[in-house]
Amino acid sequence: MNNIRILRLLLEKEFKQIGRDSLMPRLIVLMPVIQLIILPFAANFEMKNVNLAIVDNDRSVVTAQLTDKIISSGYFRLTALESSYENALPFMENNNADIIFEYPLAMEKDLGQEGSVTVSITANAVNGTKAGLGSSYLASIIRQYNLEQTLSTATAPVQIKSTHLFNHHLDYKAYMVPGIMAFLLTLIGGFLSALNIVAEKEKGTIEQINVTPVPKSIFLLSKLVPFWIIGLILLAFGMLTAWVIYGFVPVGNILTIYLFAAIYLIALTGLGLAVSAISTTQQQAMFTMFFCAMIFALLSGLFTPISSMPQWAQTITLFNPIRYFVEVMRMIYLKGSYLTDIADHLLIVCGFAVFFNAIAILGYRKKRG
Amino acid sequence: MNSIEVRNIAKSYGDITAVRDVSLRIRSGELFGLIGPDGAGKTTLFRILTTLLLADKGDAKVCGMDVRKDWQEIRRISGYMPGRFSLYQDLSVEENLQFFATVFKTKIEDNYELIRDIYVQLEPFAKRRAGKLSGGMKQKLALCCALIHRPRVLFLDEPTTGVDPVSRKEFWDILFRIKEQGITILVSTPYMDEASRCDRIALMRDGVCLRMDTPDAICASFPHKLWSVCATDMYRLLLDIRSFEGTYSCHAFGDQHHVIFKDEAQDTAMLMAYLVSKGHREIQIKPLQPAVEDVFMNYREDEL
Repeated sequence: MNNIRILRLLLEKEFKQIGRDSLMPRLIVLMPVIQLIILPFAANFEMKNVNLAIVDNDRSVVTAQLTDKIISSGYFRLTALESSYENALPFMENNNADIIFEYPLAMEKDLGQEGSVTVSITANAVNGTKAGLGSSYLASIIRQYNLEQTLSTATAPVQIKSTHLFNHHLDYKAYMVPGIMAFLLTLIGGFLSALNIVAEKEKGTIEQINVTPVPKSIFLLSKLVPFWIIGLILLAFGMLTAWVIYGFVPVGNILTIYLFAAIYLIALTGLGLAVSAISTTQQQAMFTMFFCAMIFALLSGLFTPISSMPQWAQTITLFNPIRYFVEVMRMIYLKGSYLTDIADHLLIVCGFAVFFNAIAILGYRKKRG
Repeated sequence: MNSIEVRNIAKSYGDITAVRDVSLRIRSGELFGLIGPDGAGKTTLFRILTTLLLADKGDAKVCGMDVRKDWQEIRRISGYMPGRFSLYQDLSVEENLQFFATVFKTKIEDNYELIRDIYVQLEPFAKRRAGKLSGGMKQKLALCCALIHRPRVLFLDEPTTGVDPVSRKEFWDILFRIKEQGITILVSTPYMDEASRCDRIALMRDGVCLRMDTPDAICASFPHKLWSVCATDMYRLLLDIRSFEGTYSCHAFGDQHHVIFKDEAQDTAMLMAYLVSKGHREIQIKPLQPAVEDVFMNYREDEL
């Protein structure tokens, strides 16, 4: 009973301090809005305007048809039409061509006689994403062309029609926005809680608290609860922004998101607490958290799909709490998953919460009181 | 009855020994001073007594309670003012006081009597943030916050360091009034001149306690005869006295030099003649009552 009164007093003090901070309240409101407005547009992996140089050694009807098809796909911009590979290469060297596409000599004739020819795609791999995506777009256009040819010879064609489930227009933003929200909560829960405690160490105020009868656990709790609350408010801000700007509303239940976010925040504030236990300056805490956040973010599947990572990296992602939150946010936002669908994720994040907080408690127990 | 008992306390940080072996007995209601230069181990001793730090060796009791076992109880009955200002700078004067009162489960009104003299000076700034107060005011607020729960023992770690001479004097006057309320005070200071205001003092250096007694007894125990010497060119005078063959030690103390002769029975006439021969003018040599600082300086001299 007494402890609850003290906790209330400490919380009152925390919120007063946060409110008086010249930067924090603004940061807390602006951060989600800015991140959600800028990032989904900027971190767009859809490739348009791949610069293409075509080397047409044949100059036949077939090559003209195929070229038309490629250009009309909308992904490519024809920057050069040359008659030899040697002439086309300088375009790539000057960054005017991302891909050189070459038709072989006598392509039409060979196609007629032997039924197959080999075309070559040369991609500038300095920008790996552009090269990879451009090449695969190109390959799929040729595949399509092949199918059409087969169709005209009247053998039963196999039509490939791909449908993007849950995100029909393959809108990259619909995919990014929920993930960014997960990342935002990570920053609030982990960073701010760690920095706040270490700030008290730096200013020496923790010393003054330590000589009072305030139990350490209550003091630490008073550091976590504010960021827990701020995190959940921020989530609401984020969802509101997503709705106002992009018109995204979770297909699934908002309460499920909140349940998961609440537990996730306990895990992350636990991590922040553990970091604060080993840091004596804000610089140390900042750097440690930044290190964790970098790895967590890059291995979270937020920017690059986990399934395309090498096996060892995929194994690491299993120990990354952000990964689960990003997944859950996407599942609930796009697929409308139920609590039962994310039960595994929830359980794992509970595990993280126990683990991080246990480390934090051990870290603080080593010292007196 | 002893309010604070320290027995053979030792504490090191890695290779650095902060407190080597200190034993102290501080009586109830005493104003006790820990006197020593920076690095003597005063703060470490404070942190051990306020249960912020565990000693490597030895044991200590505050009001009969063990710092190891009864730390929770000790925290309830002691007030601590660290050397560095460590109240919440972004809370106002009023809020800080209210906060610490509530933390100690008391109300400002309950012990207002105790802090009234100090707090009236702060009252005009009650709404001001603590971080925006002047140095002297910060000290007074910190003292108020340390006193608000009427502790039985008050620990003040270098409360007057960096405070102007007028405020320092004022601060000691305040301490006297607190002492009259029956609160035991342990105060540390690097300023030797403040030692005389304590009931008893302990001289600390390099993690050991050199002497523990009343300031008068410590001064009276000074083993040498002390002289004060001054002249017009004080710096040259210092060098010349030191080069004089009969000099045991000579230290600059403000506007005079404190001199001890090798032969206690020595007449000052020889020094006078020597200094005149060196061309000094307006030379004055007078016998002097030793102060705490002389005792302290002499410890080093006697060891060499």
